[in-house]
Amino acid sequence: MIDVVVFFFLLGVFARLVKSDLRLPEALYETLSIYLLLAIGLKGGIELSKQPLAALAPQVLACMALGFVIPFALYPLARALRLSGVDAAALVAHYGSVSVVTFAVATAALTRQGIAYESHAALWVAVMEAPGLVAGILLARWSLRDADRGRRTDWGSLAHDVLFGKSVLLLLGGLLIGAVAGEAGTAPIKAVFIDPFKGVLALFLLELGLVAGGRLAEVRRFGPAVLVIGLAAPPLLALAGAATGWALGLSTGGVALLATLAASASYIAAPTAMRIAVPQANAALSITAALGITFPFNIVVGIPMYIELARWLERIGA
Amino acid sequence: MKKHGKTMLVINAEGVLEKPLVRDLRERGAQGWTVTEVHGANLEGVREGAWEADRTIEMKIICDEAVADAIAAHVLATYAPHYSVALWFTPVQVLRPERY
Repeated sequence: MIDVVVFFFLLGVFARLVKSDLRLPEALYETLSIYLLLAIGLKGGIELSKQPLAALAPQVLACMALGFVIPFALYPLARALRLSGVDAAALVAHYGSVSVVTFAVATAALTRQGIAYESHAALWVAVMEAPGLVAGILLARWSLRDADRGRRTDWGSLAHDVLFGKSVLLLLGGLLIGAVAGEAGTAPIKAVFIDPFKGVLALFLLELGLVAGGRLAEVRRFGPAVLVIGLAAPPLLALAGAATGWALGLSTGGVALLATLAASASYIAAPTAMRIAVPQANAALSITAALGITFPFNIVVGIPMYIELARWLERIGA
Repeated sequence: MKKHGKTMLVINAEGVLEKPLVRDLRERGAQGWTVTEVHGANLEGVREGAWEADRTIEMKIICDEAVADAIAAHVLATYAPHYSVALWFTPVQVLRPERY
């Protein structure tokens, strides 16, 4: 059974395809995204307050390494599909980074199915945003090594934009507030930040459906390469994510979440960072793959597959 | 009422360029600017500003003609090859010239 929030996404896609005039106000989109990031962080932080931080170090390092390696693993595939070096580099950076909303939908699916997962998983999301972007920029610099001699990446400014950008700031801020305040301290704001989470996620997915529906028309423009990457990358990367989670000894839900994070593609942090760091790359190509193909694929088909994969790993491991 | 002639330079650009553009304006002597979010279309396609990585901005800078020319030349050389930018000039009249 498809999770109810996914229906909202499909409604958004449908509205866009039939050229409806439905459009969420920009301010509401901003508010919803701030809410989701803070709520995900807070929820993770409350659980974080209950356990020793040192035990999390291997998970954090493994997540960062996974995010960093993904672009290098995916780059040859993108090149084999005849994308130029710089376009391939920018595209794979999107896959190295992560999508918070895909993660949120996966947690909602796990909760509905009663599958336990590490509640501090929001921490993985926060640390997985940047490494893939760095790897993508390195690949782009390498692919442009002759044509672009003399151009330097402003790593300081880029680091500032990513680390203090809205998503990482709110996720880590929420985690910290939740960890410091604990369950008792956050009880008064639970009615706003914890209970209505799924309803807000549904509304946000309606908006993302409208946006993703708009990108679907672009798929034809870029041909089969984008379609192949957009559909083939998520399951392959999910395998790598699930294997990493399994090796770390995560719970079944945790393995499914790490598989989802590995399979997800960023459509907010990555396009912005790549546009500044690698302006030569075709931004529309990357966003069409990440938001027009991979995001809907993960939301509708991928997440149930990754949960099954985690269950299967649990069975053969037991 | 005494009026003074100045030049208004308008730059339409991708939202990600806001920070670097503001830095460039400052460095070239602009004393003030206004930024608004817009959406529309150009030769490269529609920029509808559907989500935060798809924003388009319009910057208005009122300054001396020489400053406007220097800014425009820099924007053309630095950003136009890879980014979507549009620029135009308009003569304007202001009341307090020292503010521009």
